[in-house]
Amino acid sequence: MRNASSKAGEAPQYAPRPRTSDASWNLKARGEPFLWGLGGALVIGILMIAGFTILILYNGVLTFWPQPIYKVSLKDGAVIAGELTRVETYKPEPAELARLDQEARSDIASRGGLVNRDLYRIGNYDLYSEDYRWINDYDIAATEAPPDMYFFERLEWGPFLGAIKSADLNGRIVLGNELTWATVAEAQEWAASRRNRIRNIERYQIGAINYRLEEARLELRKVEISHGKDTPEHEKAFEEYQKQTQRLHAQYEELSKEAAGIKERDEKYTITLADSQGREKNIKLSEIVRFYPANALTLQQKIAIYLSRWWEFLSSEPREANTEGGVLPAIFGTFCMTVLMSLAVAPLGIVAALYLREYAKQGTLVSLVRICVNNLAGVPSIVYGVFGLGFFAYVLGGNIDRLLYPERLPTPTFGTGGLLWASLTLALLTVPVVIVATEEALSAVPKSMREGSLACGASRWQTIRYIILPRALPGIMTGLILAMARGAGEVAPLMLVGVVKMAPALPIDQFFPYIHLDRSFMHLGFHIYDIGFQSRNSEAARPMVYVTTLLLVGLVFLMNALSIIIRNRLKKKFQAGHF
Amino acid sequence: MVSVGNNGNQTVYHIKQGAQGSLLTIKNFSLWYGASQALFDVTMSVERGLVTALIGPSGCGKSTLLRCINRMNDLIDSVRVSGQVLYEDKDIFSPKLDVIALRKTMGMVFQKPNPFPMSIFDNVVYPLRVDGVRDKKLLQETAKKALQAAALWDEVEDRLGDNALGLSGGQQQRLCIARAIAAEPDVLLMDEPCSALDPVATAKIEDLIDDLKGRFTIIIVTHNMQQAARVSDNTAFMYLGRLIEYGETSRIFTNPKVEKTMDYVTGRFG
Repeated sequence: MRNASSKAGEAPQYAPRPRTSDASWNLKARGEPFLWGLGGALVIGILMIAGFTILILYNGVLTFWPQPIYKVSLKDGAVIAGELTRVETYKPEPAELARLDQEARSDIASRGGLVNRDLYRIGNYDLYSEDYRWINDYDIAATEAPPDMYFFERLEWGPFLGAIKSADLNGRIVLGNELTWATVAEAQEWAASRRNRIRNIERYQIGAINYRLEEARLELRKVEISHGKDTPEHEKAFEEYQKQTQRLHAQYEELSKEAAGIKERDEKYTITLADSQGREKNIKLSEIVRFYPANALTLQQKIAIYLSRWWEFLSSEPREANTEGGVLPAIFGTFCMTVLMSLAVAPLGIVAALYLREYAKQGTLVSLVRICVNNLAGVPSIVYGVFGLGFFAYVLGGNIDRLLYPERLPTPTFGTGGLLWASLTLALLTVPVVIVATEEALSAVPKSMREGSLACGASRWQTIRYIILPRALPGIMTGLILAMARGAGEVAPLMLVGVVKMAPALPIDQFFPYIHLDRSFMHLGFHIYDIGFQSRNSEAARPMVYVTTLLLVGLVFLMNALSIIIRNRLKKKFQAGHF
Repeated sequence: MVSVGNNGNQTVYHIKQGAQGSLLTIKNFSLWYGASQALFDVTMSVERGLVTALIGPSGCGKSTLLRCINRMNDLIDSVRVSGQVLYEDKDIFSPKLDVIALRKTMGMVFQKPNPFPMSIFDNVVYPLRVDGVRDKKLLQETAKKALQAAALWDEVEDRLGDNALGLSGGQQQRLCIARAIAAEPDVLLMDEPCSALDPVATAKIEDLIDDLKGRFTIIIVTHNMQQAARVSDNTAFMYLGRLIEYGETSRIFTNPKVEKTMDYVTGRFG
């Protein structure tokens, strides 16, 4: 049409549009400020995340590296020995300055009244009643790193820093030249194996006997409840019970005798240590977990100590109120809970989303349900914890106890927090994430796929099963990953529904039914809170907080990475190029 | 023959009768999407064994009519219908009718190729699988037969296990046709099967329709009038939801009885 009119010689006149401002200088028009804003926001976000990660990595990775021990002589004649943990600058009080001599005062004044002070980890809590001590730089007369300073990790009282005076190996006194690291280390290894043997007997073998005793008692109680006392059934059961307990008690006696024998032998291997001021301390060799001459280590030895500490951290149980030892029960508990939670949340969320998206008639009601689900994601997690405790533990668990475990009452079995209830509570907490993500994934499946399948004579369920679900699976996996990450890092609700500071037993063991869903468990997130804020000495526990955080972040990262790999494989399978 | 519908709808009929009688009878059929009416009182019958083309400008309701035949419109919540669609004397919209069984007697090919994200083989045998066939040998034979019928066998013979999404557009559409005919349906519904294809692929599909003629009753919706003229026996011309003229293809394209049809097939509007 336009062509025709222009041919007719009626070319329209276009006047140039008046410009309001010079576009090359109008920032709004060019959009640059927004670009700076967007980029800046991204940079700030990345910096925060990177800073956090580097802080945790740096502190977490360095914690287990063996540090040198410095022997510091003070001007007042005192001597202390310790690991240098921190240096800071501060402004001393005038009263404190007044104590100093003229030279020191003028030196401080020349530096603007600021003084350095060092925090030394001096250990020997049993001698000094403190783990750390601040030393002002101006108090120090000399600092040296003597090669005979040893660092002892002990079962009790924290580390001991000092020299080895003598060792008593079953009557053979080792002194002088014979007193090398290798000699003592060999004896200590034997002592450690004795300690493990005692522990194995007391904890596992005697623990198993106690477990069987309890089983026998419950068996008797069951008969008593179902048949009543003073009945022939009860009498028979009682006889059986007595027979069993006698047998078990005999076993118990035998084991405790064996343990006592080892302990007696253990008493004969002792070592005498001396701190920097010459105060002596005699301890059993078996109380030493690890020891090394901190200032005379080669690089290989340092690496070996570093790795053995990591291994201890990952593979053993905590001691000293969680501030030392390992976190195996916490790793295990976190892992079990996350897996159980995923097992619970995946079917629940996916099925709910399937109904909402595929079957329900889209209308006001469905929209309302959708809004509610989205809002659930914003409920404070502690509220879920309260709900989990009230509903799962007390109502559901209480009834389960009454119906299935009447013989154990009043001790609750399921009627208190435990692995199962914690997993279900977290499943409830994360189900909105899964529902929303699954719905998104389902609605992203093209309509033509559904039509194609239905036109082939497939039922709705077959269409979902063969066409829609496989296609939506990567998206659903994304939702599950998010849910898992959120669940693994959640702590607040867990404190109410089953996480404890120190679990007596792992949720999986050798006793039927092997997985004990009713047991309370340990959790890395709670462990961090516990050692960081609930322990006797938070300064001493601080490195452990970093390491545990590193571990938790690492665990979440690992689980996420695994799911992402699975998801990408699925994606590749279902998204081969179109045309 | 001129029929006058309930609301003054006039349709002119001059169809070619098939040797086996009619398969599908549509009686006074109207359809609404929510409040807006899409089909007005359509009455027609589809002859068994012949190719019936539905033509008309965009939005005239030809696809809607086609999708009623295997009740694909069920997917849309707001659809309402009145009148009857009789398939072998059973009312398709009767609540007692088994929709899945109905769809199993019909194959459908869509506008855009929609192979499933699975292997070529799995795509072809999908209708059999959902029908519960597990016999491997039978599945393989069926796949070969269907792919041969869809003129795709030679191209994919040695890569049946590959993902179907790796095929070209034309191949994908022929795969969809193979899938639609794999279960040996009675009726083949084609909703503008060539609209997303290039001329070479289109020619292949048209040859295919020619080959399939006689084995199936084919109902094809098309925008392309040459295509309708080439492949069909009967042609129905629809306009604004009404069936205007329904008759022998050669007559519709050379000497239609209604002026509007003449205008459309000669390209004066549409």
